[in-house]
Amino acid sequence: MTTIPASDTTRDAVRGGADELVALRCTGLVKRYGDVLAVDGLDLEVRAGECFGLLGPNGAGKTTTIEILEGLNTADAGDVELLGRRWATDADALRQRLGIQLQETQLNDKLTAAELLRLFRSFYRQGPSVDALLQMVGLEAKRDAWYGKLSGGQKQRLALACALAGDPELLFLDEPTTGLDPQSRRQLWDLLAAYKQRGRTVLITTHYMDEAQVLCDRVAIVDHGKVIALGTPLELIASLGAEHVVEFALAEGKDLPSVAVLSALPGVRRASIQDGRGTLIVAHLHEALPALLASVADPDAFTLLTTHSATLEDVFVALTGRQLRDA
Amino acid sequence: MSPRHPLIELTVARFREFLREPEAIFWVFAFPVLLACALGLAFRSQGTPDVLVGVLRDGTAPHAEMVSALEQVTGVRVRVVDRTQADVALRNGAIHLLVVPGTPVTYELDASRPESRVGRFVVDEALQAGAGRRPALPVADRLVTMPGSRYIDWVVPGLLGMNIMGTGMWSVAFSVVNARVRKLLKRLIATPMRRRDYLLSQMAARLIFLVLEVGLLLGFAVPVFGIPIHGSWLLLAALCVLGAVAFSGLGLLVASRAQTIEGVSGLMNLVMVPMWVFSGVFFASENFPEAMQPFIALLPLTALNQALRGVMIDGSGVMTLLPQIVILATWMLLSFTMALRLFRWR
Repeated sequence: MTTIPASDTTRDAVRGGADELVALRCTGLVKRYGDVLAVDGLDLEVRAGECFGLLGPNGAGKTTTIEILEGLNTADAGDVELLGRRWATDADALRQRLGIQLQETQLNDKLTAAELLRLFRSFYRQGPSVDALLQMVGLEAKRDAWYGKLSGGQKQRLALACALAGDPELLFLDEPTTGLDPQSRRQLWDLLAAYKQRGRTVLITTHYMDEAQVLCDRVAIVDHGKVIALGTPLELIASLGAEHVVEFALAEGKDLPSVAVLSALPGVRRASIQDGRGTLIVAHLHEALPALLASVADPDAFTLLTTHSATLEDVFVALTGRQLRDA
Repeated sequence: MSPRHPLIELTVARFREFLREPEAIFWVFAFPVLLACALGLAFRSQGTPDVLVGVLRDGTAPHAEMVSALEQVTGVRVRVVDRTQADVALRNGAIHLLVVPGTPVTYELDASRPESRVGRFVVDEALQAGAGRRPALPVADRLVTMPGSRYIDWVVPGLLGMNIMGTGMWSVAFSVVNARVRKLLKRLIATPMRRRDYLLSQMAARLIFLVLEVGLLLGFAVPVFGIPIHGSWLLLAALCVLGAVAFSGLGLLVASRAQTIEGVSGLMNLVMVPMWVFSGVFFASENFPEAMQPFIALLPLTALNQALRGVMIDGSGVMTLLPQIVILATWMLLSFTMALRLFRWR
């Protein structure tokens, strides 16, 4: 087992981004709430210096998992090792080296951004100055604004700054962009990309596949408390065996061809029908598209016909038969 | 400026948050002073209130002479009324006593009203003297006002005790439960912050509020109403601190598990309302039946009020107040021990 000694010199080696080192490893994680198995034997290994995404629909067990890793929740079974240490023996040392952003924390409404950062900074032995933190998340202008007066995106950026107050080696982010408008999401992505550039390790949970695709070096897709797929976003998409996705629907009263018929069309790897909407995963668009049009008697019957490059979303659908948003 | 020790930063944050809450400022600082003011005005003892006397004008007996005789008497205010006015005025207390001229002179009064009985005595004295009666026994009055014997002297220590209880419990319990509801407690324990520092900062901020609120209430009541402080200022200060810490402990206990603001508010009322009633804030707890007295005496607010009155009114020393001090200290230890055992951070 790879362990990382805690002395400062080797810590710096980890920060140097030695890819083979493991920042976080958990094995056989189980968490049960009454009859519900929230986490069901989950294994993960996050390498130092990578941005690792935990992807899955709401209720997949992502938050329970990340809170166990963060030492805020205890597992019923399994082992967690972070930066070569364990919660049971090294909680104080670990807390100094981790940055954590929880899903739904609201800070004190009537403290200013600078005051809150000062408070969080005081808990850590080392880290950037308050001004540097404000600058890192682009909130210099909001320095003296009360937390309660900030917009949703600004609050999330401030929460990120609080997580960065101890200059962490390992950063945990639980659904950092949920509920944000597209522009605020993109701002936060830019901040994380910049942080990643510095060679630090990030573990992020999200149910936005586009977010994972943009930010993560590797992702684990989680469903019902288990990892159902693991790899780089490109690897996972490639695992579909196809690069394109065709979606279509027909006008009311027109029958869709059966799944069997669709699957047999040339160039089609996989076909599914859900809620009157067909999805084809296609290796060769130039073969599949004419065949699809030919299989439908009346070409004017199409109310929807669209193609896109395959995404992680399609990987999830292919693995579970469900859409992410309604899973 | 680089951040200071977490305990200081937490305390400063708590203090800032409090100062930015105008309602909290009102209830903690302005309200007790206003209440003392209102009670002081209502029960002020600058002279006895005037006796309000009506003289009936019914046309059968002359009344003018009687009116001018009564107008000479200090402390009596006279007005002439007819029958209808007289009945209304007697009923609503606009006059305490109605004098009906004639033979005999008739006094109409409600004997259950103390001021009516006093009025009858004063008016009768004046009328008899006017008719020529001389006192059979020579007497003289010497008027004294004992500092510390007035209601305001008694009620100010009670208000102080009530405020120490209210602020202690509210400021701690509300802030803790609010932080729990907002998941801020959980966020804080995800940092290297020591849990002890968070709880100590609540205490420290509480003690800063205490200096301000006690200072303001006494700084107002002592010069304005001439409230005496016969005992040691140091002992008074120590009692305030002991009371504040004991009630913060109770606040922490009440807040240790509550998951909502509504939940903790209910618990607070459950704890505080009985003490407002029984512990002698506005009226002496001796009014309650003998059988209840041992229980009442064990309530922390009873102990605090007794101790504060002991120092301020009777000038008692530590040894006299030892039972109250022991009761408060016991509450403090019990509540902290239990609160720390039950406390939930998430």
